[in-house]
Amino acid sequence: MTGISRRQWLAGGGALATSAALGGCDAPALRDLANPYGLSNALTFATQRWLLRHQPLVREFGPEAISTVFPTINTTDPKDEAYQRSKTAGFADWRLPVSGLVARPAAFSLAELRAMPARTQITLHSCEQGWSAIAGWTGAPLSHLLATVGLQPDARYIVIRSVDGWWDSYDLFDALHPQTILAYGMNGADLPVAHGAPVRLRVERQLGYKSLKYLTSIEAVARVDGIGKGRGSMVAELGFAWYAGI
Amino acid sequence: MSGAIIRRHSGWVRVTHWLSAAAFLLLLVSGIAILLALPNLYWGETGALGAPALIELPLPVNLEQTGWGRNLHFLAAWVLVIAGGVYLLIGMISGHIRHDLVPAPDQVQPAHLAQEISDHLRLRPARGDEARRYNALQKLSYLVVVLLLFPVMVLSGLTMSPGFTTAFPELFTLFGGRHSARTIHFLAGCLLTLFLIVHVAQVFIGGAWNLTRSMITGRYVLPPERGR
Repeated sequence: MTGISRRQWLAGGGALATSAALGGCDAPALRDLANPYGLSNALTFATQRWLLRHQPLVREFGPEAISTVFPTINTTDPKDEAYQRSKTAGFADWRLPVSGLVARPAAFSLAELRAMPARTQITLHSCEQGWSAIAGWTGAPLSHLLATVGLQPDARYIVIRSVDGWWDSYDLFDALHPQTILAYGMNGADLPVAHGAPVRLRVERQLGYKSLKYLTSIEAVARVDGIGKGRGSMVAELGFAWYAGI
Repeated sequence: MSGAIIRRHSGWVRVTHWLSAAAFLLLLVSGIAILLALPNLYWGETGALGAPALIELPLPVNLEQTGWGRNLHFLAAWVLVIAGGVYLLIGMISGHIRHDLVPAPDQVQPAHLAQEISDHLRLRPARGDEARRYNALQKLSYLVVVLLLFPVMVLSGLTMSPGFTTAFPELFTLFGGRHSARTIHFLAGCLLTLFLIVHVAQVFIGGAWNLTRSMITGRYVLPPERGR
């Protein structure tokens, strides 16, 4: 690398790559540097973003590795009335609205998601509570869905909400990763209700709590500091890190 | 009666020692908080309640302590990794590990080792010239802690990180899976805790005030030889 091209890389490409990887200083992982926990979580976030800068895939297993025990925690059958009606109807009326900074807002049915190119991945789920289990997930890549609606250039975070009140946000680094999928299938069958039917998110490079269940909406936004308490996710308001690559 | 005052620990050894000690205590407390969410240990890639466990610890399950537990654990882990990394780097470059921690040839003679074991059993700390250096058992235990147990702790801890292992999946191969790494992390943590207990007990046996002061100020009063 010559001096000039290196300087150009530092000035242009480097800054661009860094801001794309870290999401800028308003990123939820970088917003609380005055607090020791915020600082160490930011250090972890920045380090892992650098280590993962080439977007490697997480390990995938063969079907023989699928766990017989896969715990279900938190919500396992949402009480929400509309959800229960939809469940009885086999989720035929379920829709996933995609809104915000997109060119073509739309609401997708389960059949429409199933008609998209599908990805199946057998991966290790690591729960914040310490347990891990392996399962196969089938779904549409979030990147495909976002390409379908057309992300606007100023969209930098994807906010996803769940029927049980959980919500979380993902920067494009994670949202556009090939293994970030909207899963409607588990271990070759329909996604069970206890695991988040009809559709859950899979974010494989972070702890399980980032893989929201029971999805109800997707929104593309420029910033997340105006949502909720401004910490980027519901669990961050309860003291858990927004970035859970740990 | 009082002996000569010598300089015992370099500044960087003292600073990294206390930073690591503080970080270790915080890691221990927060590690227990995290462990209580699943006080079972497994072998292989996976592990969960209902799956066959390798060890079921007789501890109460508590799911409510992992939020602060993880925040504190990873904050302290960064302090430990940075302090430990600085220690190893300077320790290698300066020759501290080679000169001060690797036992000298005369210390590994069977007769010398037998004498050390006998002195340890009778709780008789070294005096005079022998107190200018660490004894062989002490050196070996420091080497095991610094070159084996802490590196194993850090690497087995990182093997539980979904982000880090995406970059370095070789860690799963090294430890035989995420839950094997978790079990090894626990066992190595137990050994480090045992080391801490013996280490602190030895400080009291060897002279708590003198030894603690030497790790703070670097000045150590050489205990005079015993009268004959």
